[in-house]
Amino acid sequence: MSEVFLNSQHVGETDNWQSFIQAIKDERRKNNVTNNVNVYYDKPLDTVYIENTKWRARRPLIVVKDGKPLFDEILKKQVEKNELSWDDLLKQGVIEYLDAAEEENALVAFLEEELTPEHTHLEITPLGLVGITTALLPYGNFSHGVRLLQGSKNQKQALGFYAANYSVRMDMDVNLLVNAQKPIVNTLMHELSDYDKHPSGQNIIVAVLSYKGYNMEDAIVINKGSIERGLGRSFYYRPNSAEELRYAGGLTDEIGLPDKDVKGYRSEEDYKFLEDDGIVYPEARVKEGDVVIGKTSPPRFLSSMDDYNLMTNFRRESSINISHGDGGTVDFVLLTENEEGNKLLHVKMREERTPEIGDKFISRYGQKGVIGLIVPHSDMPFSTNGITPDLLFSPHGIPSRMTMNHLIELVAGKTGAMAGRYINGTTFDAEPEKELRQELLGLGFRENGTETLYNGQTGQQLEAKIFIGSMYYLKLKHMVANRIHSRARGPIQLLTRQPTEGRAKEGGLRLGEMEKDTFVAHGTSLLLKERFDSDKATVPVCETCGLIGVYNEFKKKSFCPVCGDNSEISNIDMSYAFKLILDEFKSLGILPKIVLKDKY
Amino acid sequence: MVESLVKEYTGKLPVKLLGELKDKLTAQKINKTRAKKIFETTLQEYLDAQVAPGEAVGIIAAESIGEPGTQMTLNTFHFAGVSEMNVTTGLPRIIEVFDGRKNIATPMMDVYLKAPYNKGKDIRKLALLIKQSTLQDIIKEVNTDLMNGKIEVEILSAKLDDHGLAQAQLKKILEKGLKGVNVKIDGSLITLAPSSKESNLNDLYKLKEKLKKIHMSGLKGVTHVLPVKRDEEFVIMTAGSKLKEVLELEFVDETRTVSNDIYEIAENLGIEAARTAVMNEVFKVINAQGLTIDERHIVLVADMMCVTGGIKGITRYGIVSEKASVLARASFETPIKHLISAALTGEEDYLNSVVENVMINQPIPTGTGMPKLSTK
Repeated sequence: MSEVFLNSQHVGETDNWQSFIQAIKDERRKNNVTNNVNVYYDKPLDTVYIENTKWRARRPLIVVKDGKPLFDEILKKQVEKNELSWDDLLKQGVIEYLDAAEEENALVAFLEEELTPEHTHLEITPLGLVGITTALLPYGNFSHGVRLLQGSKNQKQALGFYAANYSVRMDMDVNLLVNAQKPIVNTLMHELSDYDKHPSGQNIIVAVLSYKGYNMEDAIVINKGSIERGLGRSFYYRPNSAEELRYAGGLTDEIGLPDKDVKGYRSEEDYKFLEDDGIVYPEARVKEGDVVIGKTSPPRFLSSMDDYNLMTNFRRESSINISHGDGGTVDFVLLTENEEGNKLLHVKMREERTPEIGDKFISRYGQKGVIGLIVPHSDMPFSTNGITPDLLFSPHGIPSRMTMNHLIELVAGKTGAMAGRYINGTTFDAEPEKELRQELLGLGFRENGTETLYNGQTGQQLEAKIFIGSMYYLKLKHMVANRIHSRARGPIQLLTRQPTEGRAKEGGLRLGEMEKDTFVAHGTSLLLKERFDSDKATVPVCETCGLIGVYNEFKKKSFCPVCGDNSEISNIDMSYAFKLILDEFKSLGILPKIVLKDKY
Repeated sequence: MVESLVKEYTGKLPVKLLGELKDKLTAQKINKTRAKKIFETTLQEYLDAQVAPGEAVGIIAAESIGEPGTQMTLNTFHFAGVSEMNVTTGLPRIIEVFDGRKNIATPMMDVYLKAPYNKGKDIRKLALLIKQSTLQDIIKEVNTDLMNGKIEVEILSAKLDDHGLAQAQLKKILEKGLKGVNVKIDGSLITLAPSSKESNLNDLYKLKEKLKKIHMSGLKGVTHVLPVKRDEEFVIMTAGSKLKEVLELEFVDETRTVSNDIYEIAENLGIEAARTAVMNEVFKVINAQGLTIDERHIVLVADMMCVTGGIKGITRYGIVSEKASVLARASFETPIKHLISAALTGEEDYLNSVVENVMINQPIPTGTGMPKLSTK
């Protein structure tokens, strides 16, 4: 006697669970009961579970009977002729959805050749093993799983033609690749996902070759000529926005050219790009510090006496300017209203980015690298046909990572480029490498993809035959232009008088506790002092009471607030942080006295 | 001739070096000027090898131990075959040693044996003498006779022999452990009857539980023993450390038996032994990880921990609390506590150590900050 549960509720028992389950399945396949039903027999508990609730992850499989898939040649032809739809197959019981539980009772064949009489189901396609993004990688069954994962992850960071209406969209922080191409070596998934409508890479000539050590440790060497012809060129878009906020008392911000008498007026030079409405004109080439939106705000404290006394209603300047390190061309201006009905203004900035040293590129197989050197076209190696590679990839990246599909694409891409066709590289269902090599041989190349190359600088023939071909490369969104940062002098924090932190604030790089220890260990005492001089302060200290005095700017004299005007005051050099901690001691109720002594 | 040179250089060169020179030079026929030159060169080398004044040895030691510490893996080591018996190693163990913890995670001993015993004969028996055993270890069956208010315990006589106990001895142990209970031993059957007449069922059950835990033989606290063959002899490794008791056993080689409990070593063998133990314990971990750290860095730390005659860990309660400077102490954990207590006693800070001078941004008194200018 097997117990039967329907949606986790006990509903009865059955003498013969086999026929019971088979009956349910048969009815489901005949479409007499909803195909949302799944049955599962738990052998150790001798229990049948029937489920037809929602929120169960289910996946479709082809039903197999006596070792033969129900989806036969006749049906295949009908589907190809568009006479049958997916739903028709589902209704005919050729395809059914299994949930995780019912899968436990099923024996699923991965390929049709593997079918035996014991099998109950067949995968619709072996490609179902991988997800959508991983299916975009050609020859996935020729690579290490980890590399496939990295390849599909990195693909998501690639620049491309992300939306056809990009020119009228107000996207934050987006990139657009110029001349994005459809890959020569593609997969079924490229077709299914309309990849040619939103490509995100370029087909380039890659040679597996070292170049003066500038492509070691995963770096890549790029042809300057290729960059000038548009390789990896992209646009970076960033908006600057302003809103006319409303304040209590009917006061509002005002977008417009600020009057010269507003509080905090910058120089006229800073407003040079603004038109009469206080908004920058399109195609203006702006640099950091330039104002793109002129704005004034009402005075901060209405009750403050001097504002009333001076009569005039001083407005504050609150314009939007280009932040540190940014710049570019104004693309377009959007004037609209937000949910609260406030006037909202977006200025979309455009910046052209050509590849530079440090920009990140990747093939589709997790073989990422940054540009280590940009070589003039004339110095690049060339082949007998006069082909110069766009990119030099280091051979050391291959053995340890075992990304064989990287190498196969090189051959496949070369064959496709020369034969003028696209190569199908779908995982488990690709054009065999052997045939590609044969075709390449027929096209007049060496079948293994190598060619004789010549040194671009000396013209000497390279001794080894170089593996060279066409590959689809992606430019990733991590670009040096977004990260580069340096500082000699710059802003400091108000409280501690130490340098600010972070690129956006033009900050310094912290010399931390452990770094400090290295100076101590080397015994470089004075160098350490100099490094920490960034918050150096000269503090007047009272010699009588040992407390910190006050400097009177009018009298040009220091005095001690405790001991009065006539006490002896010495100016002592210390870090401002120490002066602060002395203040903190006082707030703790501890009186820190500085006892002064002559040094010599 | 060499003698006189040795006399001349006594005080300039360490005793060990002098002895070495004496041995080597007397063996060879050498004239006086040459011997003198050798002594002079040795002295120069010795002086050159010394740390220069103002070298920041503490920070260098800290960095030299700390950097390889980041590469350490494996926190515990398990013995094959013995479940539960494992040893803390890696960074946790180093932290434990340097903190000077009183209760370490896995106290252990390596018990070496004297000559006739270390050949492996009866090694199990010797091991059992060290291991703590309770009555439960030899019980076969326990029957509670509710009618007569008695408990009958059947024991395994063979196991009793293993523990080196005679029946009379067992009776004594039981009588001592269970006060107010009549003990009768007949072969492998022990009958226990509470002597008081008003005993109830509850008491009987309590007695049943209690008798299982009666300590019978071995050292309390030594939970596991594991005889292992090391080179040509057998050594007993133990989980749980009772150094004093183990050293008193007549078959134990007290010159080589060690514990990994630093405090126990300090108590029983003195602070110098504890200092060596600190060094050995740290080295053990470092060598097991395949790292190399110069021994002098660890010697320095061990010296700092033991210099007061007791063990002081590298913690705010240990050697950091001994720092003279208030600011230096406050900059290392719990600043407010240190500042308040300093304020209460009106402490003065002479600002003559490294941390304080970094805080006030003055040259630190190490390295190039050491020499001072003096004029007439």
